[in-house]
Amino acid sequence: MILDGKCPTGPIEKSWDKHRFDLKLVNPANKRKYNIIVVGTGLAGGAAAATLGELGYNVQAFCYQDSPRRAHSIAAQGGINAAKNYPSDGDSVLRLMYDTIKGGDFRAREADVWRLAQVSNNIIDQCVAQGVPFGRDYAGYLDNRSFGGAQVSRTFYSRGETGQQLLLGAYSALSRQIKLGSVKMYNRREMLDLVVVDGVAKGITCRNLITGEMESYAADAVCLCTGGYVNVFYLSTNAKGCSATAIWKAAKKGAYFANPCYTQIHPTCIPQAGEYQSKLTLMSESLRNDGRIWVPKKKEDIGKRPDQIPEEDRDYYLERKYPSFGNLAPRDISSRSAKEACDDGLGVGPGGRGVYLDFADSIKRLSEDTIRERYGNLFEMYERITDDNGYKTPMRIYPAPHYAMGGLWVDYNLMSNIPGLFVLGEANFSVHGANRLGASALMQGLSDGYFVIPYTIGGYLATIKPGLVKTDHAEFKKSVEDVSATTQKLLSINGKRTVTEFHRDLGKIMWNQVGMARSKESLTDAIKQIPKIREEFWNNVKVSGSGAELNQQLENAGRVADFLEFGELLARDALHREESCGGHFRVEHQLPDGEAKRNDADFSYVGAWEFKGIDKEPELHKEPLKFETIHLAVRSYK
Amino acid sequence: MSDHKTMTLTLIVWRQKNANDPGKFATYTAKNITEHHSFLEMLDCVNEDLINDGKEPIVFDHDCREGICGMCSQIINGAAHGGQDRTTVCQLHMRKFKDGDTIYIEPWRARAFPIIKDLIVDRQALDKIIQAGGYTSCHTGGTPDGNTILIPKPIAEEATDAAECIGCGACVAGCPNGAAMLFTGAKISQLALLPQGKVEAAARVKNMTDTMSECGFGNCTNHYECQASCPKGINVKFIARMNREFLKAQFA
Repeated sequence: MILDGKCPTGPIEKSWDKHRFDLKLVNPANKRKYNIIVVGTGLAGGAAAATLGELGYNVQAFCYQDSPRRAHSIAAQGGINAAKNYPSDGDSVLRLMYDTIKGGDFRAREADVWRLAQVSNNIIDQCVAQGVPFGRDYAGYLDNRSFGGAQVSRTFYSRGETGQQLLLGAYSALSRQIKLGSVKMYNRREMLDLVVVDGVAKGITCRNLITGEMESYAADAVCLCTGGYVNVFYLSTNAKGCSATAIWKAAKKGAYFANPCYTQIHPTCIPQAGEYQSKLTLMSESLRNDGRIWVPKKKEDIGKRPDQIPEEDRDYYLERKYPSFGNLAPRDISSRSAKEACDDGLGVGPGGRGVYLDFADSIKRLSEDTIRERYGNLFEMYERITDDNGYKTPMRIYPAPHYAMGGLWVDYNLMSNIPGLFVLGEANFSVHGANRLGASALMQGLSDGYFVIPYTIGGYLATIKPGLVKTDHAEFKKSVEDVSATTQKLLSINGKRTVTEFHRDLGKIMWNQVGMARSKESLTDAIKQIPKIREEFWNNVKVSGSGAELNQQLENAGRVADFLEFGELLARDALHREESCGGHFRVEHQLPDGEAKRNDADFSYVGAWEFKGIDKEPELHKEPLKFETIHLAVRSYK
Repeated sequence: MSDHKTMTLTLIVWRQKNANDPGKFATYTAKNITEHHSFLEMLDCVNEDLINDGKEPIVFDHDCREGICGMCSQIINGAAHGGQDRTTVCQLHMRKFKDGDTIYIEPWRARAFPIIKDLIVDRQALDKIIQAGGYTSCHTGGTPDGNTILIPKPIAEEATDAAECIGCGACVAGCPNGAAMLFTGAKISQLALLPQGKVEAAARVKNMTDTMSECGFGNCTNHYECQASCPKGINVKFIARMNREFLKAQFA
């Protein structure tokens, strides 16, 4: 089937304004008759719940944490992009759109990206009004930083904790609505099913994580703002609780899953110290401005202290392989090269999964104080975790999965193919194409939540009667029965291996065979291996305790069970996409210099998969991508 | 995988089935722990052993594991987050302990934070304080250009110092009175410092401090334990600022 993104036609500059005018409105007095469910309280969910509540809708918001202030948006360090052009350095809405389309390797929808760039400026104004303390210059004006993938300075920031400040801004707006009674907040709830009645999304089934009770919630529309899925790799920079569960349950109820193979691996993370560790900590890649990356040339040197390895025995591999770009080679190339060096047995540190990031030359050239001024907080964080002083000895770094560009398929209104099901933020696939630029994730979350969904959801609600389905409907009962049965099954297997062991097994396959460099062979094998792990899981997993209480092993078991299904889809998508683009790198498809080789003739489309049953092949639907404003070109960083 | 020698530790952990259970300490052994384990990864390993032995694992709150979400919350050997300067439990590493050490692990203990299970407590009282006024009442959209509101850099920096609070509740757990003054003072100060927040400053401080008392938090008697416990280094000067704002509000 050919999917229609329902993008507005006509000049792109007018597309969002025209679309907003064309959307139907819900009368203010009628808004309170509509119930909206918002799942997840990160930037997208927090902003959406607050704004929809303020507009007068009845909102029910859900999060698995103990408070809506804790979602993983909070961990974003660098900043948020906007096309304000405050520095007068040539920025514009069109340029932000251009950079985002190109950065995404021409695999995103133009109209969606235009809208994102257009509302980016409103986001900054909104956050300032909330009291978000952005960095300022000595005249009191908002300050900007430069970031990757752009030649202008458009990144607004708050120290190294921009995500925290933006999320707390959204949380404060949400708290105000909770107090006013327009939003009812449900903490410590995990969505375990989407309830679909006659093909339309009408509610969710949640597990109360304190009592274990299965709860039904009905609404006229459901918004999933549940983040990304890269914990499927076991190793990742995501929070421990991040999962694909909400969007995967929706996919199993018929929502199409778009471009799952577009995952981003961040090159500068602190390496894994042992198998017990799944959470990796990211450090801003700005470090590569002044650090030189190397590994020993000889395998016998990998156990030596770095200062015992003379200059001539070091391989500064990025400088050698990419002389024009050196240590600032693009994220995907840097990540892949580190993996190759370690695969060749030249990795350093425990487990041999690490490369050196060496500041000795910069310190000699600029002084230690200058380096401390630029990166002091990062060196401090590195020392807290590794006990190594990065000024005295090279840091060890390794790539780690940290962002999912893929997600549930949505049209221009952020509605999935299931009417009434909307998907916002990292959970959808819409604007980043095959690769996301730095400082763009925060922009998308807040754009979707504050400035897109409040308009587009009205267009849908105006066409339906409110309150038609209540939780006494048979579909809600069936959903609770199904979810309870799955929970009981997990508790009754009483096998020999823990949930974490299975997650680690899956992660090894995902990381080694479906990770930074993918081949037909590695993917075909992964598609064979994953169902075997899944089968063993359902026969041999050990989950202790009961379902009628707080049970973290049970929560984790459900999430891993979903990853064991979803991981296979990710591998299938990667196998079908016979090209390299952005974060998706197929070793068969590369240019002589190792750059990704796109195949626009055959693959310039969104690949959206329809679930057909476990152990059955999913069906692929395509949405062709048209480039009318930005012309298709080979992405070059040289 | 690790090439480092390992530690064996004795853990004395608070176990409590639910809010009504009186709770008690139980003793466990943590084996094969390296200096590179974070404290929570050490507990993960102990839990894997407990599951394999058919025993119930220890439950504890955690999420981001990089010191910013504010979810993790444990008293370790009597100190909130383990007592390392500017460090949450999830960032505390086992190199701070020695082979053979005995470690006491308890939940936050405060009247306003009832225990849910083991090391997990209910911190919704902190959300209630924010809901009472920890915001500017701006609407979505219709806000002026960001640069219309100029803010001197020192003011912006001080507001950011206050805004760094991660809402973990260590200040309450560390305080002998179970007070939430540092938490509340930080939010009140952030918004009172900024021009956007000044408009509602008087109502905000009244409502937030009233809610603080209603939720069962204690008062400040200048022990400064909150500042010592805070993993973000929030300064007690923000309590003084809150008190000034409170006095000012009496005349507003």
